[in-house]
Amino acid sequence: MSTAITLPYAKRTLPNGLDVIVHEDRRVPIVAVNLWYHVGSKNERPGRTGFAHLFEHLMFEGSEHYNGGYFLPLQQAGALLNGSTNSDRTNYWEVVPTSALELALWMESDRMGYLLPALTRERFETQRGVVLNERRQNYENRPYGMALMALSAALFPPDHPYHWLTIGDAEDLRAMEFEDVRSFFRTYYHPANASLALAGDIETERGFELAEAYFGEIPGGEKPASVHADASVAREVRLVLEDRVELPRVYMAWHAPAMFAEGDAEADLLADLLANGKTSRLYRTLVYDKRMALDVSAYQHSREISSFFLLASTAAPGQSLTEITSLIDERIQQVADEGPLDEEMERGLAQAEAHFMYRLQTVGGFGGKSDQLNAYNVLRGDPDFFADDLARYRKATRDSVRANARKYLAFDRRVVLSIVPRGQTALALPGSETVSVS
Amino acid sequence: MITRVDRSRLPALGPDPVFRFPDIAHHTLGNGLKVRTVEHPGVPVITFVMQIDGGLGADSAGREGLAAMTADMVDEGTGSLSAIDVSDALARIGGEYDVEVGADATTFTLTTLTPFAGRGAKLLSEMLTAPTMRDADFERVRQLRLDRLRQLKDLPPAVAERAFLRLLYPSHPYGHLAIGTDVALRSVAREDVVRFHAATFLPWRATLIVVGALSHAELLTVADHAFGNWTGEERVLDLPSSAADFVADIATSPQLAVVPREGAAQSELRLGHLSARRNTPDYPALLVMNAILGGQFVSRLNMKLREQKAFTYGVRTGFDWRRGIGPFSVQTSVHTAATAESISDALTEMSDLRGGRPATAEELSIAQASLTRGYPRNFEIAQQVARSVGQLALFDLPDTYFEEFVPKVNAVTAADVTRVAQTYLDPGRAIALVVGDRKATEDSLNGLGFAEMHVLPPAG
Repeated sequence: MSTAITLPYAKRTLPNGLDVIVHEDRRVPIVAVNLWYHVGSKNERPGRTGFAHLFEHLMFEGSEHYNGGYFLPLQQAGALLNGSTNSDRTNYWEVVPTSALELALWMESDRMGYLLPALTRERFETQRGVVLNERRQNYENRPYGMALMALSAALFPPDHPYHWLTIGDAEDLRAMEFEDVRSFFRTYYHPANASLALAGDIETERGFELAEAYFGEIPGGEKPASVHADASVAREVRLVLEDRVELPRVYMAWHAPAMFAEGDAEADLLADLLANGKTSRLYRTLVYDKRMALDVSAYQHSREISSFFLLASTAAPGQSLTEITSLIDERIQQVADEGPLDEEMERGLAQAEAHFMYRLQTVGGFGGKSDQLNAYNVLRGDPDFFADDLARYRKATRDSVRANARKYLAFDRRVVLSIVPRGQTALALPGSETVSVS
Repeated sequence: MITRVDRSRLPALGPDPVFRFPDIAHHTLGNGLKVRTVEHPGVPVITFVMQIDGGLGADSAGREGLAAMTADMVDEGTGSLSAIDVSDALARIGGEYDVEVGADATTFTLTTLTPFAGRGAKLLSEMLTAPTMRDADFERVRQLRLDRLRQLKDLPPAVAERAFLRLLYPSHPYGHLAIGTDVALRSVAREDVVRFHAATFLPWRATLIVVGALSHAELLTVADHAFGNWTGEERVLDLPSSAADFVADIATSPQLAVVPREGAAQSELRLGHLSARRNTPDYPALLVMNAILGGQFVSRLNMKLREQKAFTYGVRTGFDWRRGIGPFSVQTSVHTAATAESISDALTEMSDLRGGRPATAEELSIAQASLTRGYPRNFEIAQQVARSVGQLALFDLPDTYFEEFVPKVNAVTAADVTRVAQTYLDPGRAIALVVGDRKATEDSLNGLGFAEMHVLPPAG
């Protein structure tokens, strides 16, 4: 495949500091409005975790000039909309028919400029309740739902911003004070800490004019200082967590290169060749040949400050996590010693190239073109990274992938978590320390 | 110079964009395979959708899970290619392969880049028409599905779906999940799968939809080269009868059932009853009615249970459309302490829409607008277009369907909403299912006024 894969755009920065990016794609009469605020759970502090995400909920409750639910006028105009918070950023998006572009810009700019006058204690309390339900539904009441919480807590020290998950601690959520909302908004929700991307049925100059008209009047603030923190694991940490599950599962996590850093793409390719699809080394061994496991997965969880490489496998009934782990270790050692085969590199690249192309199919939503332009702009400081992003994969070699496995997937610098059915801690890897998360 | 934005009112909307669905070209290959092609220029991507009549509804009693098991064997080897080789071949063209076993049909989807169109089609054809079905692969796949079933016991939404279908369809081929049941899967033999494949994977029972950045003629050539020689099994076999033709027993009184899940942080709820077929002429009115009741964020039920009471992260209502009669249901997961009140609120909202508190003009216009104004975005990606054309084939809808959708929805009146709510919603025969902590909810559930509470076997 040598088809050119490009994502053309134009960018300007308004005097108040708001970055505006426009990408034209006139095939369907829709426009994606995508707004990133460079704030996430990494900007929280211990004792108040979960605040960035709770705040995202409040952004849908009304602003000064439209003091009602955010969904109503937009859904009535045919918009699809949502928002999400992760450790690094909070994003908000609408995909609107071209006829409703100004409405979406009006609504987004109103909550950026004029949120606080509409915010009441009552709305705050309701959304705190909704978020506690979200936590129960997606974490507490879901099998293996607490795994990432336990792993993150062990990978990162208590004062590291990745020590906690974005959903936050339930006690912290209950302890939130309404008064904290104001300073959080003033610190992080202003043009200089945001990036707006418009993609779709919009002429570029018109896009800039509209962005200036709706957002230009909002005063810029001070760009928050970026967050730095270090973390390392100096030994193999073994943990066990009991859960309401039928079958035990083992997780392994290692520190890995930050998003877009040297070695990040290699780690991604490594995850694929280890555990993506039947051809992958671990699937083939554990699930296909030996039938010891029901599944195996691996991925490079790329993030701004630092990443982690995560591997997981669920034991087939009657099979032991110890044996599964020793086979996993054997296969990792093999890649670290010999590197991947040429055919594995070819296959990995073919998949990466196809996925870059698939990402160009849609203008909006999570992962669509508008979201990607903002990701590059906010996390790289420049939206012009699509081709370079792909080039990282094209540049990877057998040697660079092998070096990556050697450097990062060390057995004596990882967290290994066994999740076992309640009352059956004997099924965990030997020497595992009981961990409790709630 | 830019004028200041007027924040005293929301900006007016521009005129609604005109929506044109691309032309669908119809072809029939010599072997009887129906082919539909749609040109989708732009990104060099092509999607194949093969839709084969007979989904989970074709499972015979005692063989629940057979259709899904058969579908699963499709990527487990063909000709000289082993299961591993198939996976490798798909990866080398960056292929995204997916199988969906629906109530009335099984749908295989392959997306790849247009330079790989011919290779992708050939591979898909070999997989579908000549799966090897080796014993060892069959045993492995069946065991994986049995283990998966075991894991689903830990997953409250899956437990709820499964129990709810059985309550809705006590003796009907729609009354199970595609994955089937433990007992049935254990009794399925490789020969059953071979026979089911031979009886259902036949060119004249299938529709192939090809959508991509090529011309109709090129798309047809790709399809014909790959699938033109497919003959299907020539022996005469028992064709499964259509599940849509089975008569369903319709419940006549309300029921309450609980699947105990001690210590659960939330209660998973389902509430509803059998209601409508996809081809009902009331379809547009039912969509509008559903949007008002619980089909969108600003619906009555979500505003009450999430935004006013904070009982849940979200609640949705919807129709599970099938060729035969399908259910209307409320779906949510609520804080344990809010279980009974959530059920009671949902029943009240269903009942109110039937007349006590009919749809207002504003609710009607919000529902219509949200269904119609954003309609074009449903057809942005090749795969969306291909699956949409698949729906036309599945439900015998005309090619003009998508362009008629917007005017038909906009023609729905408030009186229509009340009428379809009266006809298709009936709290008097609703089935309420709770997957949750029995002890913590029992007293309040008993206060709801159901004649009795059926306690089903625990989830896990």
